[in-house]
Parts: sequence; structure tokens; C-alpha cells
Amino acid sequence: MNLMMAVLVAVLYTGGIYMILRRSMVKVILGLIFLGHAANLLIFTIGNLTKGKPAFVPEGMLSLDEPFADPLPQALILTAIVIGFGVQAFAIILFKRAYKTVGSDDIDQLNHTDELDR
Amino acid sequence: MLIAIFSAFVVAVFVQPLFKFSKKRAGAILSLLPLMLFLYFAYNTSAVLSGQLQFETYEWIPSLGIHIAFVMDGIGLLFSLIITGIGTVIFLYAGSYMQDYKYMNRFYIYIIIFMASMLGVVLSDNFLVLFVFWELTSISSYLLIGFNHHKEESRYSALQALLITGTGGLALLAGLILLSIASGTFSVSELLASGIDLSDSELYVPIVILIFLGAFTKSAQFPFHFWLPNAMTAPTPVSAYLHSATMVKAGIFLLARFNPVLGGTELWQDTLLIVGTVTMVIGGALSIKQSDLKKLLAYTTVSVLGTLTMLIGIGTELAIKAFTIYLIAHALYKATLFLVSGTIDHETGTRNVDKLSGLRTFMPITAITAILASLSKMGIIPLVGFVGKETVYASILELSDFGTIIIFLAILANAFIVVVTLLVGFKPFLGKFKDLQRKIHEAPFAMWAGPLILAVLGLLFGLIPQYIFASLIDQTALSIISKTIALKVKLWHGFNTIFFLSVLTVAMGILLFYFRIKIFSILISIKFVPYFKPSFWYDYILKGVMTTARAQTLLLQNGYLRYYIIFILLTFLTLSGYVLFVHESFDTISLDLHITFYEIALSILIIVAVGITIHSKSRLTAVTAIGIVGFSIGIVFIIYGAPDLALTQFAIEILTVILFVLVIYKLPRYLRFSSLSGRIRDLIIASAVGVTMFFVVLLITSAEMSSELKQFFADVSMPDGKGRNIVNVILVDFRAFDTMGELVVLAIAALGVYALLKLKLGNGK
Repeated sequence: MNLMMAVLVAVLYTGGIYMILRRSMVKVILGLIFLGHAANLLIFTIGNLTKGKPAFVPEGMLSLDEPFADPLPQALILTAIVIGFGVQAFAIILFKRAYKTVGSDDIDQLNHTDELDR
Repeated sequence: MLIAIFSAFVVAVFVQPLFKFSKKRAGAILSLLPLMLFLYFAYNTSAVLSGQLQFETYEWIPSLGIHIAFVMDGIGLLFSLIITGIGTVIFLYAGSYMQDYKYMNRFYIYIIIFMASMLGVVLSDNFLVLFVFWELTSISSYLLIGFNHHKEESRYSALQALLITGTGGLALLAGLILLSIASGTFSVSELLASGIDLSDSELYVPIVILIFLGAFTKSAQFPFHFWLPNAMTAPTPVSAYLHSATMVKAGIFLLARFNPVLGGTELWQDTLLIVGTVTMVIGGALSIKQSDLKKLLAYTTVSVLGTLTMLIGIGTELAIKAFTIYLIAHALYKATLFLVSGTIDHETGTRNVDKLSGLRTFMPITAITAILASLSKMGIIPLVGFVGKETVYASILELSDFGTIIIFLAILANAFIVVVTLLVGFKPFLGKFKDLQRKIHEAPFAMWAGPLILAVLGLLFGLIPQYIFASLIDQTALSIISKTIALKVKLWHGFNTIFFLSVLTVAMGILLFYFRIKIFSILISIKFVPYFKPSFWYDYILKGVMTTARAQTLLLQNGYLRYYIIFILLTFLTLSGYVLFVHESFDTISLDLHITFYEIALSILIIVAVGITIHSKSRLTAVTAIGIVGFSIGIVFIIYGAPDLALTQFAIEILTVILFVLVIYKLPRYLRFSSLSGRIRDLIIASAVGVTMFFVVLLITSAEMSSELKQFFADVSMPDGKGRNIVNVILVDFRAFDTMGELVVLAIAALGVYALLKLKLGNGK
């Protein structure tokens, strides 16, 4: 199953990077979402995959015995997903604003203020 | 000594309030500072001259062996007296001279900082403290040269001086660090006392070259001489103080300081002899092309600095004697002549020597001062300049090799100096008065008193040199060549060869003066190929740096997001690719192929959805497809025992898709902006990153890893955290601050979203 996860991570990274290199702002945001997924899956995979054993302490027990899924990467990813959403929401609204102001979806229209004189 | 130096820095802080109090008297009040310091050093003179060195040490960074340490020895005292003595005259003079300048208060702040730093240079007993003060003098010099910063010429000259002396400063730092590695100490006095012989060290050559670079740039030695004449754009008191009497001699001081340890080798002596001689001749030859009073003087300063370097290169007892006398003589007459040229400029409004003559009737005191200083500069008996030049000639004649050539060159250079002196010191005052369309009168007291004192001192020192110089030369020699010398100083040696050479010099100078117009036209007609001029190379290199910086900025900071990302990605690919393919072995990869049918189906679903998102021409389709990707990943989380992640993922995915649809609902269709070749390039980069990450995942998952934290959380979450869901316990208990931070981020994002939605552009315009 590490082969499968490696393929998924690779595909998500490839797709994400291809998308953030586009000129369309919507595509850049979609690319950011892909990269978020890719990073989450990467951390998830590195923390040793364990199938079907969530990290729950059974009723009446004080501790949990192996095998069980590592809870620490999960806690980190949970934070990452939520923060990722914050970033996405902000990016989407920022895009809306930029589109209203510039009137285009083209990211190259946004580089006027700090353009070097040439 | 620490108190002496730092009191000056403290006074600099109070310059501003003093100027609020009285701009007219500020200069006179501030001149008390160098005067008091001068008295302090004069008070220490008898102790130092009787051989008692003064030490002071304060801890600064003891772990690195860096102490704020000072030592006052013969040469340090000599320089300190020059710095504070001339400083008193300059401070008083500038109080009057600078009245019309708008930022006179800044001038005093800069020049006080300079004076304190210069004292630090000559008194430091620690390499790095020396370096810090050295750089401070460069910076204050930069600020003072660029004082008239509204003029482009000033800014250019200031930058040039800073870049050249600053580069030299960096070389000096490297040289000093190498020196401390080779000798094992940061202390100047320890180094000198150890009597260590470094000439066999493999670091010796780099140390000498780096210290030469520092000294030659600072003291305007060929080929770095050109910044000094350009520095004449500074106000005249600055030129008199920094760029003739003190700062430019810091390089010479450095050479003298390290002469006992580094000297004695052919590399050291011959380089100094050659560079010094070349600088002496070039400074003299270039001077007579000038017509500006200050530029004329500046080139002769270059020539004198060359002579001083040459004297260290000769390195005999007689040469050190000549060094000491010539140094003092030059400081006295050159500062005076600069101040006189400033006075002329101040009263007549011009510094063009061709326009000036017959001023003696209007400015009698200044005329007397100028002529006294000029006689000293020309080396006429009985002034101190005569004693100086005689001993210089005597020490050159002692040389066995090249003595004849160098004495000829020295006479030539000094003849040029005589020409310049006649132009600066005599011509403006003698002859028939040329009307300058303005009322000319004598300068105020503050502007004639100081120069007159210096000029009279030049006469006094010449008349009774034996009382002034004997013990000073003794102690200076002890600093420079580690032994005392018992040489008598006399004004009159009789009608010998040297006296004949002195007469010859003056005669040649007068001859050159009368034919200067002809010589000048010949010199003008010689068109130097620009490659021969060091200043050409300075401009060339500076332009090259600017062009490169501009090209690099346009390349890296071009304002296009994707290029920024591409540069980051290419860096990542190079570094990680190097590690992966050079250091890692792919043999260690073990593939886990226990894959069920629904896992394969899920993977295919994700891959296809990614493909659709990328390829779709409709935003709605793309957003739908990315929703599918998100939900599928949620299912992956469920399969591998992470139900909390799955729940969060589902909730977030729904919100994202809704938000997207709401925003992009009204947009026109996608446009395809990029060209086919651009898309292929991006696809190659993206795939390369994907492949790299593929191998990264495989390599990491194949390595044996165990997490201690995993079992720790499993053991403590129920007893300590009172929760069965370990992930939740971690989030709200063990890593609660993290979650708190996450909430703050969300709150900020929410505020941002709210602000962007409510923002109304164009209303307030």
C-alpha cells in the first residue's frame, strides 16, 4: 500500500504544481488545494499506515495496545486541514475582490505596482 | 583612554541641543572638546616618552578573546596629539566657516564621531576593536564627503571613497583574523612583545597582501589614489582634517604598527618601497594639471603619503626619523594650506587659482599664514618642512640599490610640490589684484587664528627641532622598528650633498612654475588610453556590478508569480535530486503490495479527478472534480484508521465547494492564457517534482521507524487526558496551544474575508 500512497502523493503534487504555474487565478487556488491534499497525505503516509485500527482506547481500558494508527500525525493533519481551509477561503474571497478590481482572471495583470522600469 | 574616546561620542549626542542654544557659538564651544583631549594626551607625553606605555583593558567578548583594550605608545601618542591638536583648530575654524551651511549641526556630529574613531584606531590594542574604529572612520568620512548631498558630484565621490576604503577594510579584517590565527593573539601589544617571526608561516603572504590592501586603499596609494582628490567635494575643514592631516594617514599608521612583526622581508620592504615611490611621483605629476586650490593640494597629499610609505619601506633608523619629522611637518603645513584655501574660497567665492592674485592687502594675516606654511612645504630653511625633506633625502641616499633612481624621482616629485605650493600659497596673495566683483576683507578671528598657530608652530619646530623631536622620534622608532635610535636632529647640517639637493629641488620647482603653462599644454596633449587610469577600472567594475545586479533582479524578481515558483522548484529539485540520486540507494525500497480492489478503484478515481480538474475548460467542472478528490481522500483516511480526519475533510470539502460555486458562478468561461510550450515546460517541472516525491515516500516508508510518542500518547491519554479518542485528546489537551493558534489563524482569515467583502474601493478618492 506504500506504492499506492506514493502514486497518489506524486499525482497530487504534479497536479498541484502544474496548476499553481497557470495564469488563471482560479487554477492557482485549485493548485493550492491540491498541494494541501498532497502534503496531508505525505505526512499521513510517513506516520506508518495502519489499516482499520483507529486510535481509540477501548471501553474499560486505560491504554491501547498495538497495532493502532499513530494519533500524532493525525492531530497535525487535522490542524493542517482546518488551516488549509482558512487559507483557501481567504484566497477565494481575495480572488473575487481582485477580479472585481482588475476585471480579469489573469494573474499577470496583477504585477503592475512593483514592476521594475526597464 | 576609554573615557577620552567615549566622552567624544557622548558629546556628539549633545550637539543638537547645543545648536538649539546657539548656532553662532557652537563651533567655539565644541572646539573645547579636542582641546581638552589634546591637553590630556599632552599630559601623558612625559610618561610615554620616558618609556612607560599606558594600558587599559575592559572586557567585551571574553569568550572570543576580544577586549576593549587600549595602549598608548610612541606612535599612538604622536597620532593622538596630531588628531586632537589639529582637531582643535579645525573645530574652531569650522564654527565660522560653516555658518552659511544649513546642516552645520550634522557636520559637527559627523566630525566628532570621526575624531573619536580616529583616536580609537591609533590607540586600540585589539585587532577587532581597531577594525571597528577603522570602519567608523570610513563611514564618517563617507558622510562628510557627501555632506553637500544635493550635488551629484558629492554623492559620487562619497560612494567612491566608501567603496574603495570599505573594500580595503574588508581585506584588512580578513588579514587581521589571519594574523591572529598565525600568532595566537588578538592583542597588538602582546603580538609586538612576543617577538614572533611570522615570515615562515604559510599565512604570511596572505596576511601581508590583505593588510597592504587595507592600508593602501585608506592612504590613497597607487592604484587606489584617485578617490582622494575626488573627496575634495567635502567642505574644506573636512579636507584639511580627514583628507590630509589624519584619516588618510591611518593606512600609514597601520603599516608602521605592524612593521615590527611583518616587516623585514623582501615582500614587505620592496612592495612598500615601490608602491610608495610610484605614488609619490604620480601624485606630484598629476597635481600640476589642476587649477582648483583644493585639488592641487590633494594631489600633493597623495605624493606625501607615497613618501611616507616609501620611508617605511626603506625601514632604516634614518628613515624612521624622517618618517616622524615629515609626518608632523606635513600635518602642520598641509592642514594650514587647506584652511587658507578655504578662507580664500569663503572670502572671494572662488577656488580657481587662475582668477586669484594680489589678495595680500585685503587679507594680510592669511597671507602671512599661507606664506609661512608654503615655505615649510617647499622645504625652505628654517622651517620644519626643510628638516623633514633633508632627512627624507638623507635616508634615500643611504639605500644601496636604486638609491640614485629614487633620489631623482623624489627630487622630481618635490619639485612638483614646489610648483603647487607656489600656486596655492603665493600666487593668490602676490602680484596685481584682480577684481572679483565683491568686497574682500580679512577672515574672522576663528578662521585665521588656528591656521596662524599651526604655521608658527611649523617655524618653531624648524628652529629648535632638537628639543621637539628627539625623544618623540626615539619612542616612535621603538614602536615602528622595536628599537630606540639615538639620532640627533638639527636644523643645519652644513653645505653638503643633501643641502645641494634641496636647493636643486626648489630651483627646479621655480623653473617648472614659470614654464607650467607650456608643460601643462604638453601634458594635456598626451591622451592617456583610459585603460591606464585606475579610475576607469573603478567605474567599469561599478557599472558591471550594477548591470549584473539589475539583470539578476529582473530575472529573479520579474513580477511574475510562476517564475518565482519555478526558481524555488528548480532549487528544490536540484538539491533533493542530488541527495536522492547520489546519496540514497534505491535498493532499500521495499514495496508493500497488499492492495485491495476498492483501494485501486479509489486511487483511479482520485487520479482521474485530478486529470479532469487540470484539463477542464469549465470552472464548475473543475470545482466538482476537486470536490471528488477531497472526498476520496476522506475515504482514504477512513480506510487507514483516521475517522476524525475523514469527518473534518468532508466538512471542509463541502464548505470549499460551496464557497467556490458562490464566487465563480458569475465568471465568464475559462480562458487559456499560456502557450503550448509554456504548458509543456510546466508539465515537465511538475512531473519532476511528482517523481521526486514518489521516491521520497517510498524511501521513507521503507525505512524502519518507530515513534516513541505513539505509545506515550496511547498510555497517557486515558489516565491523564480523560479521553478515549487519542487524536482529540492530543488536540485539546496535549497540544492545546497549537489548537489555540489554529483558532487565531482562522479568526484572522475570517476577519480578512469579512473585510474584503465589505471593502468599498473608490469611495474615498
